[in-house]
Amino acid sequence: MKPAPLRYVRPETLEETLGVLAEHGGATKVLAGGQSLVPALNMRIARPELLVDINGLSELSGFRPENGSFIVGATIRQADTRLLRHPLLAEALPHVGHFVTRNRGTVAGSIAHADPAAELPLCLVVLGGSVCTKSASSEREIPASDFFVAHYTTALEPDELVVETRWPAPQAKWGYAFCEFAQRRGDYALCMAAAAAAGKQLRVAVGSVVDRPTLLEVDPERPGESAAAQVEPWGNVHASPAYLKHLVRVLVDRAVETARERSAA
Amino acid sequence: MIPIEVRVNGRRYAETVEPRLLLSDFLRSRLALTGTHVGCEHGVCGACTVRLDGVAVRSCLLLAVQVDGAEVITVEGLARDGKLTRLQQAFHQHHALQCGFCTPGILIAAEDLLSREARPSREDIVDMLSGQLCRCTGYTSIVNAIAEVAEA
Amino acid sequence: MGAKLAETWVGRSVLRLEDEALLRGEGRFIDDLDPVAGTRHAAVLRSPFAHARIVRLDPSAALNAPGVVGVLTGEDVVAMSRPFPAGIESPVPHFAAAHGTVRYVGEPVAVVVARDRYLAEDAIELIEVEYEPLEPVLDAVAAVATEACVSDRVFDYGDVAEALARADLVLRERFRFPRWSCTPVECYGVVADWDAAAGSLTAWANFQGPFTLHSVAAAALGLSGSKLRLITPTDSGGSFGIKSAVFSYVVLMGLASRKLGVPVRWIEDRLEHLAASSGSTARTTELEAGFTADGELIALRYDVVEDVGAYVRAPEPATLYRMHGSLSGAYRVQNVSARNRVVLTNTCPSGLNRGFGGPQLYLALERTMAIAARRLGLDPAEVARRNLVSSEDFPYATPSGGIYDSGDYEACLDDALELAGYEERRAEAVSARARGRLVGVGLACVVEPSISNMGYVTLAEPAGERGLPKSGNAEGCTISISPLGGITVQLPTTPQGQGHRTVAAQVVADILGVAPQEVEVLTASDTSTFPWTVASGNYSSRFSGVGVGAVALAANKLAQKIAEIRHHLGDDSISLRRVAGTAHWNPESLPPDMEPGLQATAYFAAPNLHPPDDQDRVASSAAHGFVVDVAVVEVDRETGQVRVLDYVSVHDAGRLLNPLLAEGQVRGGLAHGVGAALFERVVYDEEGNLLTSSFMDYLCPTAADLPRPRIGHRETPSPFTPLGAKGLGEGTTMSAPAALANAVADAIGRDDLELPLTAPRVWEVLSR
Repeated sequence: MKPAPLRYVRPETLEETLGVLAEHGGATKVLAGGQSLVPALNMRIARPELLVDINGLSELSGFRPENGSFIVGATIRQADTRLLRHPLLAEALPHVGHFVTRNRGTVAGSIAHADPAAELPLCLVVLGGSVCTKSASSEREIPASDFFVAHYTTALEPDELVVETRWPAPQAKWGYAFCEFAQRRGDYALCMAAAAAAGKQLRVAVGSVVDRPTLLEVDPERPGESAAAQVEPWGNVHASPAYLKHLVRVLVDRAVETARERSAA
Repeated sequence: MIPIEVRVNGRRYAETVEPRLLLSDFLRSRLALTGTHVGCEHGVCGACTVRLDGVAVRSCLLLAVQVDGAEVITVEGLARDGKLTRLQQAFHQHHALQCGFCTPGILIAAEDLLSREARPSREDIVDMLSGQLCRCTGYTSIVNAIAEVAEA
Repeated sequence: MGAKLAETWVGRSVLRLEDEALLRGEGRFIDDLDPVAGTRHAAVLRSPFAHARIVRLDPSAALNAPGVVGVLTGEDVVAMSRPFPAGIESPVPHFAAAHGTVRYVGEPVAVVVARDRYLAEDAIELIEVEYEPLEPVLDAVAAVATEACVSDRVFDYGDVAEALARADLVLRERFRFPRWSCTPVECYGVVADWDAAAGSLTAWANFQGPFTLHSVAAAALGLSGSKLRLITPTDSGGSFGIKSAVFSYVVLMGLASRKLGVPVRWIEDRLEHLAASSGSTARTTELEAGFTADGELIALRYDVVEDVGAYVRAPEPATLYRMHGSLSGAYRVQNVSARNRVVLTNTCPSGLNRGFGGPQLYLALERTMAIAARRLGLDPAEVARRNLVSSEDFPYATPSGGIYDSGDYEACLDDALELAGYEERRAEAVSARARGRLVGVGLACVVEPSISNMGYVTLAEPAGERGLPKSGNAEGCTISISPLGGITVQLPTTPQGQGHRTVAAQVVADILGVAPQEVEVLTASDTSTFPWTVASGNYSSRFSGVGVGAVALAANKLAQKIAEIRHHLGDDSISLRRVAGTAHWNPESLPPDMEPGLQATAYFAAPNLHPPDDQDRVASSAAHGFVVDVAVVEVDRETGQVRVLDYVSVHDAGRLLNPLLAEGQVRGGLAHGVGAALFERVVYDEEGNLLTSSFMDYLCPTAADLPRPRIGHRETPSPFTPLGAKGLGEGTTMSAPAALANAVADAIGRDDLELPLTAPRVWEVLSR
């Protein structure tokens, strides 16, 4: 389990980084926290010719409020306690890997990796956040619901870098809830659901049981049942499609109920 | 090959490494610091945990080139002046290790937790420990050892 | 802790002598050793198919890759070595690498040796192999009537048919125990150094015994035993049985070293370990049991199909026979029969794995006891009590030949019930269920055998076809006292965390009148310099009985010699250092006819371990502890998740030599038992691909997933071990799967459970 041969650069500026991506594009992988990428390198599942290490880019280490959102720079770690200011993230982050992997893993890395079973992409989707990208020639803000395309696949072009993620700040009267079911502490979820509720407004998203974190239009009277009707989980080594579908019902109900309670409180 | 300079356990090393060389292999093979153990090389078991600029990280998920200019503490760097730390002593007293293969990573992760949380609860300790696999002890004695230091 | 304050060191919770180095990161594990200069690194090319013919294998591109020393192929292996001998003759010869046909995903096909592991892994990708896939055999039960069944034996004790005919209740239930693996955190490692001039192999490996497997490896290499020098490191990162099977890589890397003329280091990675190291058997047991109306168990008829994987790898089929003397468990039942069939499948070969046959046996037996209790309207604890072997009956001979040495089973049961608050717990569970919560209480009573009879595996062949008789379980030990009085113990028990150095030091300290800290215990065993026997090693929880037995015998020999020297010198208070100095420096002053020097070697064999008799009876183990577990669980109706609310385990393992370490063994054994009960399973798909191929999918329980057990002890000394101790490292691994399954069955009112009781699988039962 050793990585295949590769080249490595650690640019010192964003401009230099975007230049490298423009030149080498598809042959590269961007290395942030590496908590998903390096296992893939070690197993030789990922075989980039060039690793572009962005950990030295001070331009990407910002964390600031802006127009009712948190702007989280691409090198902010999952263990950054400022993330806990958002109640949804405070609830979801303890489920993201483990104490030690959160120390190194980044928020943006988890977003860009787009594992459908990862917690942070689901949170970004349910909150209606967005992903800010740059390339040598362009700049985009991509709504989260458009960013995630399929398993490990995003709208990111090969020459683009996620420079920051934008998280709408918690709003008055809204309640938020994150529920997941994993077999062991810290495992990727078998199923997860997130909800945001205020009065009759309701946003619900599910993960793990779909190929990307997915916002669902649910019947506010029967949220779990209507969510389950909209997904067709494929099953895995641990769980059958029927079980996963059942979990959607259970977890969506739990998340919606909790979000509503918190909204009312 | 890329030149790097790194401080490990207070000592400066200037080495040249292939970019793909994992930090865990660099520490073990190049620096002969074999206290850092390799158990899975995909970030699950935690045996290879070291502190990088004070923060506990998986050394199997870092390339040696990435620690250029950084400070690394491994298990060999815990005891000072030949004296075991309070945490190491607590592990001894509580029989918190059997084969001892997972122990270096657990000590490092626990030191990080204790350095950040003044008084971690038992649940905090269990949560931290859930990222470190041990197959010998059933964990209870490890939690007891860390809790004793946390409460002191 | 001064020596003078202690009455004895044995029996006290002496803190471990092993800890200091391990806590400093100064342990000496296999991959920390650099024993020979110029060592090169191996990577293994493995089969991607469960069953396929190798049409073509071309290593030429790999040979030209940077840093590559050479390649060893399966063809080389077959030319240079012989098949591994095993406990039964198998139609499929087993070599250290596949040639012609691959039989499981992960089977070695070729070895590349290169300057470092990175380059070796680069080069194995360049070996071209063309496979022609064949139909795999994956379901042992479905294949039991085919040639995949390589052993079929029937054992009959008492009159089972008669007893079943008169039983008031006859149960017939099927239980599956899945393949699981203890997965030590340190994987396998071997350094092999072939000496062409001497025609011998020196190998360093984190081997754990039994040293019968040294002979198996030597036979495969075509070497006399003395030409295979096998050395184990001081420290081993856990094993739980698994590292017994590293012997096949000792052979593989030995052949690579021989062919390529360089010392070869191979450190198994986790993916290799999960695919191709070892694990438990997968067992399907159909158990027919007869009970009287008042709960007396009067007959047991086992029909067992044992899936051992692709080859019968030594010591298999031992998993089937390790418990043979205990087929009747803790109960007085006299009518017992068993049909044992061994089936090959296209999966990784099985081997030693903590509990070794016990978890499989007791899942069937203890689930049956619980089901019977419910059918009879009786409390499971009362049914157990009615059947337990009485304390007056020890030593107790079981129908299948076991000799239970000592115990007070009923008292242990009482202890456990009291510690658990059993009556209250049962009542609470009933009222919780009435309120819609799925709470249940489970009980398991298991006899924990330790110190295996090396002869039991010959039961796989009928009497008369067993070849030379095999028996016993002997261990050796050498103790030397240097001219300055330093005490060194050489102990071939290959510990992997159990604290053998500490306990051996306690024993020697008592006998020689020193402190444990003054005793150097060497456990980096070496077949060329250590005393050892075929039974040596660390398995069947044998250390506290025979390991300690050998230590005590050797120490007693020395103590006697020391006493004689003191007496001869006319001063019984003369210091040990003076005695040692005299023995080394001034042999002229020793008693007449006494050998000079101060060293003793002793071998200790546990008694009663005869070869199987012509009626297929065998005392399969020398000592028998007893374990009673009470588990309380709650099942989440919505997710199926099992939460352990309380776990009580009471043990009688004879005399506890070091209560602190004993507690550690019980906790560790329970952790593996809970893992097997609730999380762990090796899963192959219908083509034989391994699905649990990484630690992401093979679910070892974490700190957040295990209960905090409450443990009790009783100490009924064994008459058959020198200090009265019995093994206790495996008991809770044997009992916990049954206790937890019984608790879940009680909680949800269903018996159609299969391990592991993961949330999805429990939910499937609930929604069936």
